[in-house]
Amino acid sequence: MTAQEVRLCALLLQEHFGEVVEKVGTHLLRSGALNLRALVKKSLCVLVQHGMCTFGPGRRGPAGPLEYRVSCERILYMLRYPRYIYTAKSLYGDTGELVMEEILQRGQMTMSNTVRTVADRLTQNMEDGQSTDYNDVVTAFSRLVETHFLQRFSEVPESPVGGKGGVQMKMVTWVQELQRKPNWSTQRWESRAVHTHLCECIYPQHQPLRCNSTPPALSPQACGDEGIYWQVNVERFHLHFRHQAIISAVASKLDQTSSEIVRTMLRMSEVTTPANAAYTQAVSANEIFRAVPPSYNISRPILDQYLTLLVDDPMEFVGKAGDSGGGMYVVNLHRALANLARATLESVVQERFGSRSARIFRLLLRKRHLEQKQVEDFAMIPAKEAKDMLYTLLSENLVQLQEIPKTPDHAPSRTFYLYTVNQLPTARLLLQNCYKAVGNLIDRRLFETKENKRHLEKSQRIEAILGSLQASGAEPAQLAEVEEMITAPERQQLEALRHHINKLDSSENQVDETIFLLESYIKSTSCSR
Amino acid sequence: MSLGRGRTQFTFNVDSLGFGRGEALPASALVPSPLFPPLQFRPVPLPTGEEVDYMLALKQELRASSKILPSHIRPGRVKIDVDRYSDKYQSGEPKHSAVEWNPDWSRLPRELCIMGPKTRKASECITAITLLHHRHFLTFAIEMAFFHCWFQQTLEKNEKNQSEGEEDEEKKKTGEEEEESGEGEDYDEEEFEEETDYIMSYFDNGEDFGGDSDDNMDEATY
Repeated sequence: MTAQEVRLCALLLQEHFGEVVEKVGTHLLRSGALNLRALVKKSLCVLVQHGMCTFGPGRRGPAGPLEYRVSCERILYMLRYPRYIYTAKSLYGDTGELVMEEILQRGQMTMSNTVRTVADRLTQNMEDGQSTDYNDVVTAFSRLVETHFLQRFSEVPESPVGGKGGVQMKMVTWVQELQRKPNWSTQRWESRAVHTHLCECIYPQHQPLRCNSTPPALSPQACGDEGIYWQVNVERFHLHFRHQAIISAVASKLDQTSSEIVRTMLRMSEVTTPANAAYTQAVSANEIFRAVPPSYNISRPILDQYLTLLVDDPMEFVGKAGDSGGGMYVVNLHRALANLARATLESVVQERFGSRSARIFRLLLRKRHLEQKQVEDFAMIPAKEAKDMLYTLLSENLVQLQEIPKTPDHAPSRTFYLYTVNQLPTARLLLQNCYKAVGNLIDRRLFETKENKRHLEKSQRIEAILGSLQASGAEPAQLAEVEEMITAPERQQLEALRHHINKLDSSENQVDETIFLLESYIKSTSCSR
Repeated sequence: MSLGRGRTQFTFNVDSLGFGRGEALPASALVPSPLFPPLQFRPVPLPTGEEVDYMLALKQELRASSKILPSHIRPGRVKIDVDRYSDKYQSGEPKHSAVEWNPDWSRLPRELCIMGPKTRKASECITAITLLHHRHFLTFAIEMAFFHCWFQQTLEKNEKNQSEGEEDEEKKKTGEEEEESGEGEDYDEEEFEEETDYIMSYFDNGEDFGGDSDDNMDEATY
């Protein structure tokens, strides 16, 4: 973990969990794994609850004290929570959105707890007299589980009866365990008997609203699924985001129909492709033809033409893997990610240094190694300016200098100096810059809030007074008088503050998208090694 | 190293430096480069749209609601300047969040388990009894006097409301007993918290005075 990542983690932890947890988390991040002596217990509980900290037998083996490890990645995913929730909303509607929000905020929850809380929230937002059908929430939950967006929280190692001392690790097959649902298989949720049982679990005393059976004497907690906790499967979301990125890239490079074809191919091979594979399972053109949504009205020869176009495209999103079945096609995932990362790098250089520097950068990416004279010639830029730009890029570490000596004494007059760009290290550099940028954004937002704390508190108080006056039915004259307590310049200042904070928040979301792209690219290169 | 005969020779191609031989050297920098150099190109404006606005709203909502959750742990209160007598009687604990936090202790290592509700009562009980011991001498006389006065009062009121007096007596006795056993959360906080004989506003040390008067005050304060 780099210094920038640690700083960003600290800020995120402080925001969501308070200063105490932030200090504990940062301390652990900086020093690796530690035992319990110096730490505040409660903050650890919070971190473990949210899956950001794991514990296990320490260096001295099972007889020694427990060790705790904090996962930097997991904390950085907190930046992406709004994106996860928005995706759940677009796929599964408002119910899915609320389920996802609850589980993200609590870290892990049992199914019955989640269903109960979400149904309450939905009922609150509805008009009086209506109520939420638990079936809806349960259906949304089970769909999220079936498509692997939610997974079981993994088993904990057992601790012995004595309390001190060692810990036994249970060897479990993680994948199966993570997907295993409790004895209530989700099909049973729909059956009448289970539905009534669930209602009884949640409403033992009140009249069940949609069930016709009488509630037996069940305690509200005994729903049969204690100890079965669900958490959000971030890897699945990341897969979804990667596919979305590829599809939108195809749409902007070619056209909407080709992006639909790629979307179909990705959807068909979703379940069969292993995670982190370099390319999807091959699908035949016949299958694609059958699976394409009928609203697009693509005939068979046109589909073949589109596929040929996609294969011939220099971006190499789609590749041909064989000729059986009308042609076997794969989507090249890693290559697509590399191309997306390259486009990101190029656009960063363009926005920071101008289009001519971007031309030089692109040239070096394609031609690998070039001398200074060759750069000037190929880029068609006058020598003095090309020199300037090259040196600026060099000082920013976006371009590297490679020496190739002709003689063993490395005499400068007899050495070739070649400029080069390496995509992977440059991507890593930009990723660290992104972390630093988000850290700065959060810092600035906290600073702005602190500066204007007095104004904010005053406006909150006035709103509270207004609210209570309105609730108790006051005259408009009184309301106007209370509103006048904020002067016009103060109102302007508050407006400006709100505008700034919105902008900073929006920028954080935006930088997080770049972070995701670069992270995926870097991870994909390390997997393929 | 190599002595130039008559004229200096550079070992590298001097054009790449950007200035020729004999020309003026570029100006030397006397200060470090600025911390925030002026931007050469303005950044691209942020994307707008429904999706972006929705995610922004989600983010701000998440931030606000996570402050209310029990997983948001606030640090203990730091003493500002001088120790005040009233600090002992003002509640140092922040208010309980609306939602109780009960993690599943079976999933966490045993050593992380802070006192459960039963042991907490026991420890409160212990602290209450020690408090009682320490302040025994100081408060004994006051309590005796208080009890005496109260007793006189009930004797006077005896004809009017005999049963009520007995109830009061029982309540007061149980009130003190409850304090001792550490379970007393039902009594009136204002009067009986922490075993003092004074109402809680007695310990108000005036730090909050003057902060609330933001209304239009036409008369001057002295």
